[in-house]
Amino acid sequence: MSTNGASPLLEVEDLVVRYPIARGLVGSAGRRPQRNVHAVEGVSLSLQRGEMLALVGESGCGKTTTAQAVLRLVDPVSGSVRFDGQDLVPLGPRELRPIRRRIQVVYQDPYESLDPRFRVRGVVEEPLLIHRLGGSKSERAERVREALRRVELSPPELYLDRYPHELSGGQRQRVAIAAALVLEPDVLVADEPVSMLDVSVRAGVLNVLDGLREQGLAILMITHDLSTAARFAQRIAVMYLGRIVEEGPAAAVVMNPQHPYTKALLSVVPRRDPRDRQQPQILKGETPDAVAIPTGCRFHPRCPVAIERCAHEDPALTRPATAEAKHRAACLLLGSDPVVQQVSVNQSSPG
Amino acid sequence: MSAASTEPLLQVDDLHVWFDLEDGGELHAVQGVNFALVPGERLGLVGESGCGKTTTALAIMGLLPSSASVAGRVLLDGEDILAGGEAAIRPHRWVDVAIVFQGAMNSLNPVRTIGHQIVEALELHQRASGKSAQARTAELLESVGIPAGRASRYPHELSGGMRQRAAIAMALSCNPRVLIADEPTTALDVMVQAQILELLDGLCRDFELALVLVTHDLPVVAQLCDRCAVMYAGEIVERGPLDTLYHAPGHPYTRMLFAASPDLGAHDEPVLSIPGAPPRLDRLIEGCPFRPRCDSAFEVCAVQPPDLLPVGEGHDAACHLNTRVPA
Repeated sequence: MSTNGASPLLEVEDLVVRYPIARGLVGSAGRRPQRNVHAVEGVSLSLQRGEMLALVGESGCGKTTTAQAVLRLVDPVSGSVRFDGQDLVPLGPRELRPIRRRIQVVYQDPYESLDPRFRVRGVVEEPLLIHRLGGSKSERAERVREALRRVELSPPELYLDRYPHELSGGQRQRVAIAAALVLEPDVLVADEPVSMLDVSVRAGVLNVLDGLREQGLAILMITHDLSTAARFAQRIAVMYLGRIVEEGPAAAVVMNPQHPYTKALLSVVPRRDPRDRQQPQILKGETPDAVAIPTGCRFHPRCPVAIERCAHEDPALTRPATAEAKHRAACLLLGSDPVVQQVSVNQSSPG
Repeated sequence: MSAASTEPLLQVDDLHVWFDLEDGGELHAVQGVNFALVPGERLGLVGESGCGKTTTALAIMGLLPSSASVAGRVLLDGEDILAGGEAAIRPHRWVDVAIVFQGAMNSLNPVRTIGHQIVEALELHQRASGKSAQARTAELLESVGIPAGRASRYPHELSGGMRQRAAIAMALSCNPRVLIADEPTTALDVMVQAQILELLDGLCRDFELALVLVTHDLPVVAQLCDRCAVMYAGEIVERGPLDTLYHAPGHPYTRMLFAASPDLGAHDEPVLSIPGAPPRLDRLIEGCPFRPRCDSAFEVCAVQPPDLLPVGEGHDAACHLNTRVPA
């Protein structure tokens, strides 16, 4: 059951995913160069049993693409996705099938992801039928009930015969989680699992995920909500334009951020205590599109502290001098004395 | 921010809204809402889905569908704009009170440039035409942080944040004094959300615009607003300065809503959901509507609905705990 404690359950290394842009007839005939969306450019991450890793970043930063590569729903250009010691990238559909049972996903919108014609019973049982698991009909029924109990929809008899439209958003998302759990996966990918839900029920769904994690489930949570990541994840990885720019223990990333992008993101998170209102460090513009990636550090055109070097040198993830072990960031200015006057290239030219 | 005058600009007085249901029933969506706004003030209107916050906003604008009946008063500079029906409200809609609808950034006309859509609004309200409308459009776009050159862009050529700015510019086209913003940052990324909140903050400050921010997100209100009204089941259950609401809430619902929002400064605190769901509003509610979900309910809560009563300086709450001691 338990693997060697030192080696992670899931290990992504140097993952690259690109989406080709259609050139059209004229483009192909004219032999224009093929252009790509550089969705993920060299992402490495690892996930242990009983751990939640939050992948945070703005729309278009590549966090969902990374998750889809882990689920093997997209084909990476290069890199590896090792699950329990086996690289999934070279595997074909037939070989992937038994592995798919062990890596399950919960999507953002429980209003869209559940089949409206199925009762709860059918929604949660369907994965067992697809994977030809669960034994006899009565054994399957018991597994369905057990999955509902694990997401705290109990007694399950109260929910089995209902249709999705008869459930609240929070209950629907629990059903979606139950449908993933019924296969007893090792890894759960949760893509913005609560962003469509009312605030009053979000905590309930997140607490369910937290309980499952404590029982040993490994969870990769995609979110843009740093407050949620800070509270529920053990580790946080911050993505920007297809790269992880900072990664480390959740508390360290939140309390002692190293990368200027992480610092800016944290500064704009609204706080519930009006006394905690802070001077937000608002970055101009939006994440540039992933077709034309800036040279050097890809964050330098929006970085408030960028220096000339940043336009040419692409920083690697390293451990900053002022950070604890396992906390890494990709910035050329790390460890440099902050008092030293740096000539910022962005200070004089806003926008 | 400090308001220049204390005369209310907009006053909502005992507002009720009922919707006719297809089965012949009635849904009492808004049940006696009161609040007042002075120029430059920012009020947050907060609550769960279905609590009546958007219905309240639409009632103020006189934009409810014909299946709705409205009672109560909406006073603008002391004049009731609801009493005279469409004829009374029309001269004020967009001119004095404007709204940025929920999802406005996705409801721009896809086959017209954003500039064209704003010019259209200006001409419809006879604010400007021809060259002067173009010039005013450029000015409006600049005021929301869109370079005037982008007036010739179509909505699909702009990002979500830029489209939301365009929607705000359109709402501002007739120089309203009150802006109602319904979930203006909900589908936006955190950095773009911060940009839009900064924009609204600047508009309130620079133009003495009074703002009603309708949202389910308390931290967003805490970031931008002075005061907040918390709605539950069609009623305001608590209102007051945000600082008081967070540090000394007078209603368990307010306290529980704050505790359900994760916070960066309290990332090691448990986050607690509120059990159950809001009551149906097509049935009579006995006692306090929040009682079935409340962690502090006692006998009287089951039989007697609490009134919204003063519990402090500019602070009102509708909870029996403030007036009685549980037996």
